Amino acid sequence: MLPVFSCADPFADVGGTQDITTQQNYIHVRIQQRNGRKTLTTLQGLPKEYDAKKLLKAFKKEFACNGTLVDDEEAGKVIQLQGDQRTKISTFLVEEGIPRNTIKIHGF
Amino acid sequence: MASEELLFDPSLKKRKKKNVAFHVDPLGADADPTTPAPTTIDDTTLNGDPVDMGQKTAHERMKENGSLKGGDAEEPEKKEEDDLNAMFGDLKKKKKKKKDIPLDLKKKKKPKKAALDMEAFEKELHDSKAKDAEEDEGLEAQPEEMDEAELGDDPFAGGNASGLDAGNEPWLKSDRDYLYPELLQRFYAQLHASNPALLTSAGKRYTIAPPQLAREGNKKTIFVNVSDICKRMHRPPEHVIQYMFAEMGTTGSVDGSGRLVIRGRFQQKQIEHVLRRYIVEYVTCKTCKSPDTLLTKENRIFFMSCESCGSRRSVNAIKTGFQAQVGKRSKNKTG
Repeated sequence: MLPVFSCADPFADVGGTQDITTQQNYIHVRIQQRNGRKTLTTLQGLPKEYDAKKLLKAFKKEFACNGTLVDDEEAGKVIQLQGDQRTKISTFLVEEGIPRNTIKIHGF
Repeated sequence: MASEELLFDPSLKKRKKKNVAFHVDPLGADADPTTPAPTTIDDTTLNGDPVDMGQKTAHERMKENGSLKGGDAEEPEKKEEDDLNAMFGDLKKKKKKKKDIPLDLKKKKKPKKAALDMEAFEKELHDSKAKDAEEDEGLEAQPEEMDEAELGDDPFAGGNASGLDAGNEPWLKSDRDYLYPELLQRFYAQLHASNPALLTSAGKRYTIAPPQLAREGNKKTIFVNVSDICKRMHRPPEHVIQYMFAEMGTTGSVDGSGRLVIRGRFQQKQIEHVLRRYIVEYVTCKTCKSPDTLLTKENRIFFMSCESCGSRRSVNAIKTGFQAQVGKRSKNKTG
């Protein structure tokens, strides 16, 4: 399935299954509050063709922050970064050729 | 011009003013360059004539203006003739325009004989026109009072300018013919200046009350008017709250008085942002953008049906997604 069409197929009438698959195609970028004004950014749903480890390394270098790779049972490999890197991540990924509409930024 | 007048018809006072304004403005503009520092009496008579004539049609006005310009330093006789012409012109005009502007025509007829009368009439007119009047009078104070006051249009335009750029256009002072786009822009500027409600009410925007937040202790935020906002959006509070928690990656609870206690520090702007996205995703209809929708649950799937266009679509289930381990691990046994 092409990712471009996955999100907006006007003729997809069966909502349930369709939505689940499309939701999985998104790259979710979330933010979490820690103590004080510290935050944590998580990136979930990275497509298989990207190497999460190398991406994390690039992120850490680019954003000048620390981060780690977490293996989650449901979510698979999740990149965690320190601080609020949501917009930076999205611009980075878009510049690397990932379509913007597959990236979903959550949080406040 | 005729078409414009027709358009204006529905709006009562504005139409009058604007009709006059459109007719007179070119005159006023022409008059200004020709007679920069006019002697009061001559100008009044001269100007008075063109004003009256102006009401007929734009073309006639222009011609007359040209003639008047040529005879700027006319002898008194010519002036008198002009006056007479003006009178007749008025009569004609009245017949034509009675439907549109009965009041203005009547008023203007009488005063033409004497400039003083004109002033009085004008003042009456101004009084009737509430806010514009003030600005007009202010302009009257100028040396060329008679002309402008009589016209009542230039000052009016100026008044509008206060709201927007209308009336300040450089081409107002020049002799050249006005271009359609210029006039159109001027019209819209005046329209929006005189009734700003048009700008905001266009499209009838969907608004909700801003979220009211209070801080409880150091680490908790209280969202006071959740239930109110949910009622406004016609959504069950549980759904909204679930979405907010999933989006913000926190937890919380609803206290006894219906307020939502959120763990973590949040600002009103942040909550508002989350609510905005909730509205985009779960309240507004994707097809017609109407916020008038219903959310129903069937077989564990939420469906949103639009009340205004009848479309029905499924919406994404709220998923929390990955939650990173925050805080001490010892507190979280499962982690």
